[in-house]
Amino acid sequence: MDFIQILAEATRTAIGPIAAIYALAAIGLNLHFGYTGLLNFGQVGFMLVGAYGVAVTTSTYELPLLLGVLVSIGCAFVLALLLGLPTLRLRADYLAISTIAVAEVGRLIYRSTVAQDITGGVYGLQQVAGDFYAWNPFPSGSYGIDAGAFSITFSARDVWVMTVAWAVVLLASLAMYVLTHSPWGRVIKGIREDEDAVRALGKNVFAYKMQSLVLGGVFGALAGALMAINQQTVHPDAFMPQVTFYLWAMLLLGGAGRTLGPVIGAIGMWFLLTMFDGLLRDVSAMGLLPGIAGGELGALRHAVVGLALVLLIVYRPQGLIGNRKEMLVNVK
Amino acid sequence: MSSESMAGRMPAPESHDRLSGVSPVPGAAKPDPVLRASGVRRSFGGLTAVDVEHLEVQRGTITALIGPNGAGKSTLFNVLTGFDRMDSGVSAFQGRSLRGLSGHRVARRGLVRTFQLTKALTRLTVMENMLLAARGQTGERMVGAFAPWIWRGQEAANRERAEALLERFRLAHMRDEIAGSLSGGQRKLLEMARALMSEPTMIMLDEPMAGVNPVLVQSLLEHITSLRDEGVSVLFVEHDMDVIMGISDWIVVLAEGRVIAEGRPDDIRSNQQVIDAYLGTQHDEPGAGGAEEGR
Ligand SMILES: Nc1ncnc2c1ncn2[C@@H]1O[C@H](COP(=O)(O)OP(=O)(O)O)[C@@H](O)[C@H]1O
Ligand SMILES: [Mg+2]
Repeated sequence: MDFIQILAEATRTAIGPIAAIYALAAIGLNLHFGYTGLLNFGQVGFMLVGAYGVAVTTSTYELPLLLGVLVSIGCAFVLALLLGLPTLRLRADYLAISTIAVAEVGRLIYRSTVAQDITGGVYGLQQVAGDFYAWNPFPSGSYGIDAGAFSITFSARDVWVMTVAWAVVLLASLAMYVLTHSPWGRVIKGIREDEDAVRALGKNVFAYKMQSLVLGGVFGALAGALMAINQQTVHPDAFMPQVTFYLWAMLLLGGAGRTLGPVIGAIGMWFLLTMFDGLLRDVSAMGLLPGIAGGELGALRHAVVGLALVLLIVYRPQGLIGNRKEMLVNVK
Repeated sequence: MSSESMAGRMPAPESHDRLSGVSPVPGAAKPDPVLRASGVRRSFGGLTAVDVEHLEVQRGTITALIGPNGAGKSTLFNVLTGFDRMDSGVSAFQGRSLRGLSGHRVARRGLVRTFQLTKALTRLTVMENMLLAARGQTGERMVGAFAPWIWRGQEAANRERAEALLERFRLAHMRDEIAGSLSGGQRKLLEMARALMSEPTMIMLDEPMAGVNPVLVQSLLEHITSLRDEGVSVLFVEHDMDVIMGISDWIVVLAEGRVIAEGRPDDIRSNQQVIDAYLGTQHDEPGAGGAEEGR
């Protein structure tokens, strides 16, 4: 594969449905961490309940897709209350620990034999969200640019998923922009800085943190729902803790506390991941990486991304579009 | 900034009058108490940080709360403002019990406090710090946030009021800077201006002058005096004796969690118990220091 092809493939992934799904989940994380200062290490838990909300509704019970989306949102609401009610009055670290634990416990419950009749257990669910593709307005065919080496094409199916997913990302970003430029946004940003100071000014800090947790969780659940729709299957092991850490990496790459930070981060991260992948495969095919084969290449890819993140934090801690002055304000 | 200087001015005559006839003994009843506390105790493990039998703060006066480091001043602030729970005891603000109220509810009643360690919201601008403090904002509701045409007028009015306060506290030129770029003294000013933005009936200032340079101290004092003259009740913690004697209408002395004396500046100056418990140690702790513990 030559370099142009690698670039084309990386671009294809960066604008594809998966990037949109991660962008949406990272927007939720940005509301939590970037604006409210909540440490959520279990965003994947919201994606899990979102994906299964759609999958269980449409596959297990064969009910309409839109109902499934409502179920996803409802599940995110319940999960946020479950996480927030006991921890949001306590120090920040209690939420952090609870989120990581609850997300993983949730995954184990969904994959358990007890839940198998509903969630499909370890086998997951198939034939999810058929409605969605029945609504596809794009005539079948190949879409995109096809210019020799640099060719990026999508099927009609992919274009339909991408259209909807990026539209949801756009709407979520607009909502975030409006919220964070309102007095409501001012309060949550104040809470991020110092919740006692905000409390001393008569604001119900707990209620604001709860609202933020719920809304950011709903964004995560919608991302999960889109994931189920995109793949048409859900499987519990797609919701491992590392998904959350990818989301964090994306948020920090793009810039936390900026409306477009998570979107740019998700696009950039998928671009880099795919590019490193292609490059490593090329280099390995040329025999320059003796002793590293097949599956190990994937691990090496993660190592390279990790290194890139370390360099980012050292040289550009505010992320691609963050504000350095704000970032370093408390560093003396 | 109003041109009339409060420096060196005697407390307004009416604030003296309000306390005339009150005998300078611990727990003395005041003619019109804005804040009352009885039997307030707070312990940390075996240490009783606060044990106040009875305390009343007269409305419309400047009351100083003094005492050596560790006397329990900040802890008393915390339990009275709902930032910490009391083990036992009752307190009432403007005649209404504060029992079980959390910090934000106490603040909504009009009892607003600042912190010993300044809490400027560093990544918000100075103006945002101010606007945040305004009461009853429609745009602070999550749903309301999506209807800017409803709250735009309110926001503009708040901005105008904030502008006036910033002008008065000589921070107007910094309005669009992030609060993290202010000096320590300016942060103290901002915290006070912000507290005023929330239209308090009574303001409780925990060491407002700690770490502030002498020029700013002077202007902070003027602000405190003019607040009192506008009818706001002030309770403040301070170490500098000259400052305290200069502007206080009433002084409450705390030692090891108990009120050991209270009275007018003259009463306190000549109180042997106070001299033993507190004034004798004063030379060991300069007023600006010791701001590292508590909140
Ligand atoms: N959260 C806490 N946990 C344990 N001890 C505390 C706590 N807060 C205050 N104390 C102790 O209570 C006493 C009173 O502290 P504080 O109210 O900060 O005094 P002051 O403000 O008068 O200097 C001190 O001995 C302090 O160490
Ligand atoms: Mg103190």
